[in-house]
Amino acid sequence: MVGYTDKIKEIAGRLLKECTVDMVIGFRKGTMPMMNEPCFATTPEAVDSLVWDSNCGINLANYLTNRKEKVAVIAKGCDSRNIVTHIIENKIKRDQVVIIGVPCTGMIDKRRITDMVAGEILDVSETENTIKVKTADAETLFDKAEVLQQNCALCIHRNPVIFDEMVADAIPEQDVVDRYADIQKIEAMDIEDKWRFFDDLLRPCIRCYACRNACPLCYCPTCFVDESKPQWMGKGQDPMDVRTFHFLRAYHCAGRCTDCGACERACPVGINMRLLTRKLEKDCQEEFGWEAGLSLDQRPAMDVYQANDPEPFIK
Amino acid sequence: MTILKIDKKNWAEGLTAAANTYRLFGPVKEKDYHQFKALEKGEMPDLDMINTRLSPKALLFPQSEAMLECSLDESRDDHHIMKEIVRDDKPRAVVGIRPCDAKSTLLVKLNFDTPDVQDPYWLGAYHATTFIGMACDTPLSTCFCTTAGCGPYHEEGLDMLVMEQGDAYLAKLLTDKGKAFAAAAGWSETADDSAAFEAGRKAAEDRIVSTVKTDNLAATDLLELHGAPFWEDIAFSCINCGTCTFSCPTCWCFDIQDEVHGKSGVRMKNWDSCMFPIFTVHTTGHNPRDAKAQRVRQRFMHKLKYFVDKYDAGIMCVGCGRCVRQCPVNIDIRRVCEQMNSFKTAESCAAEG
Amino acid sequence: MQNPYLPYPVRIDDITVEAVDKSLKTFKFVFLNDGDEEKFAYQAGQFAELSIPGVGETPIGIASSPVEKGFVKFTVNRAGVVTTHLHNMKVGDVMGLRGPLGNWFPWEEMEAGKNVLIVGGGFAFTTLRSSIIYMLDPANRSKFGNIDVVYGARSPGMLLYKDELVEWEKRDDINMHITVDATDDPDWKYNVGFVPPITEQKAPQGGDDAYAIVCGPPIMIKFTQPVLEKLGYAHDHIIMSLENRMKCGFGMCGRCGIGKELVCKDGPVFTLDQINKTPREY
Repeated sequence: MVGYTDKIKEIAGRLLKECTVDMVIGFRKGTMPMMNEPCFATTPEAVDSLVWDSNCGINLANYLTNRKEKVAVIAKGCDSRNIVTHIIENKIKRDQVVIIGVPCTGMIDKRRITDMVAGEILDVSETENTIKVKTADAETLFDKAEVLQQNCALCIHRNPVIFDEMVADAIPEQDVVDRYADIQKIEAMDIEDKWRFFDDLLRPCIRCYACRNACPLCYCPTCFVDESKPQWMGKGQDPMDVRTFHFLRAYHCAGRCTDCGACERACPVGINMRLLTRKLEKDCQEEFGWEAGLSLDQRPAMDVYQANDPEPFIK
Repeated sequence: MTILKIDKKNWAEGLTAAANTYRLFGPVKEKDYHQFKALEKGEMPDLDMINTRLSPKALLFPQSEAMLECSLDESRDDHHIMKEIVRDDKPRAVVGIRPCDAKSTLLVKLNFDTPDVQDPYWLGAYHATTFIGMACDTPLSTCFCTTAGCGPYHEEGLDMLVMEQGDAYLAKLLTDKGKAFAAAAGWSETADDSAAFEAGRKAAEDRIVSTVKTDNLAATDLLELHGAPFWEDIAFSCINCGTCTFSCPTCWCFDIQDEVHGKSGVRMKNWDSCMFPIFTVHTTGHNPRDAKAQRVRQRFMHKLKYFVDKYDAGIMCVGCGRCVRQCPVNIDIRRVCEQMNSFKTAESCAAEG
Repeated sequence: MQNPYLPYPVRIDDITVEAVDKSLKTFKFVFLNDGDEEKFAYQAGQFAELSIPGVGETPIGIASSPVEKGFVKFTVNRAGVVTTHLHNMKVGDVMGLRGPLGNWFPWEEMEAGKNVLIVGGGFAFTTLRSSIIYMLDPANRSKFGNIDVVYGARSPGMLLYKDELVEWEKRDDINMHITVDATDDPDWKYNVGFVPPITEQKAPQGGDDAYAIVCGPPIMIKFTQPVLEKLGYAHDHIIMSLENRMKCGFGMCGRCGIGKELVCKDGPVFTLDQINKTPREY
């Protein structure tokens, strides 16, 4: 992906100069290592601040919801699938958005890398396949493959599924042996172990809702946790309320989630809530042969009814 | 000022002795992060930590705190009459709090301890607590305490400041509470070594690489700053989660919620966040801060302008850097503060031009 | 230390349906414990949290007047969770009352013989009722100059405190200008029209000796403000009561802030002058 930045600037500058769009949504360099900040450019000059590297994990589809203007957006494979979902769910119109596709070799896992080196990380640089991490006393070189976010390591849609411009040629998709090994392990647990596992998983939650707010699917005007008439759940730290939030949110994302990793990435206390959404992703695949966000012509799994549905309750 | 020398060998023993008088709290590593929690018997605070992921504000201001309770059972004479929940204000000590976090309690105190109204929950916990600070010799590149009204050896808000010196700790007793704790711990060997603190402070302050400028904030017109053109740009990436407010040691906003469990009602005080749209929404549906940019502006204006104007006690920020490190989209208060502090109103531009 | 979160226990002593659509009810509360009424000493313009255990709290302006003893009254619009629950409660039920909260109208200034114009709209008339009762009290009336009241509602059936309005109409020490937006009642003998134009027609001129107190829906306030300016009311003599979402009511929970002012503690009463110095986030 090294070198994408120039191409992105060129495309973005052209789209703005030719008034094809009013705004380009991309990333600017962050103030810390391994962080870039979503930003917008509305003039050809402003595109100079746009960057691309392995720290663009935030899902930009999140910034498209209900936009009125004509907008170009930079999209990785997962972002593009969420844009498809957004279009299907009427959150943005296809002809209103110019998709600048990025074939993505994966985003690096800031937390993993922080854990893997001693001392504070002061600088991170990258080549196509390596990540160089500098601390005050040392320099460590990693294979990019070993420090990818888990969702990127497991990704089988690295190329945008929908685009108007491409920043580079498509790259080969990964052959992932088993996307769900960790999920199967949880499925195999007995009820008590499962309970303990989820209790342990969710205990650190502070209900800041970063996972929900980072998620492009969570665009409800009033989330069920915020609803007061009726009030579905308590607002404190009662574990039952915390679990209700996470379980229900995961179900709301069933058949829609693209495993972009935004939720886990945003969580300030390191909860891997993707274990919940991926279980549902797996079920959708196994039960309905459904993968979210691949086609504009197909309704999502939880959004269709078939007369020959085998479930008796539906007859 | 008394300075004690505590051999590291006697540290654990002292804390164990102090635990007879105080409930001890301290930083402990749980899973991947350090967190302040009540120490089990014999458990020691991890003084090697840089700082905790969440601030220790929850020790005085729990995320979810039951304040009042009542019976809803109509067969009882006192049904539907709220009563205070008995508070546990027995002496406690936080061991290993960083000077920045200790200073933050004084800023929060301005809110909860006012001339006409006092919050008995916060204040009760505050008075019950002895703050044993650990000087900060390894600040992070995102720490900017020295330009945010404190520093790695700052003493405000602390009862005792501890620094490391080879095989020993030096402990400066700053208040009577600090002296009482030292007595309970059985630490009594004095060392006339204020030079060590001075040297430690200088060395640590030199390691602070990050700064903010705040000199123009007070003089800038409030409404002009509120109407500044940069808020849309600052707010664009914000996803309106509450991470910054929840991890901040000085954010104090809260919600009051009633919960019913069977026949009993509890009135809770829960952390709230100005980032959440429902924070300000009226029953009519009207929301004075409906747009994301308004909410982001509120947070920064509160910390860097309203608070400055209201209390004349500096900014409502101690430079701990938590929000900088934890914001999922990299909104950086240092960058925002820079924009606010260097903001020129149309009038001042004309005057200069 | 007094616990500011702890409500006084009160009993609902009486409930009056105020509006034809039953959306407004006036609740009369008596204190259960001796001495609480004295502790609840208030001034016209203040509010309190009506506190229903197990449901929640809602901030409501005090409709009774400091000169009325033995009870406190609140007129409540049925809107949210707490007020809907309250509307379903009955005489004899026990709940809580927390306050008095906030500041009040500038009585000390106005009691120097000032003329007072009261402009109210809809169910925001509650603290204005409190004020009128207070000013008309024989012990107080002489402290004020002329008293004019412009009060409007959508229709005659939506006017609050109808019996008292009729009584005030008959008095010669207060000038009442009651109006409704519209009515098909052929016997309606008062004004028809929105509050701002009626104010323009009926209200006396402003000046150093005149104060205007304005409470009503935002749209009414918006259009009344230029009228008052035209009549010569100074910005620091135009008094308004703001509303914002509140929880604690005493300046700690943070949500009702407009700039550095907190509506619950520094307000709810502000002069237009003060409001002009804050971001309009209400």
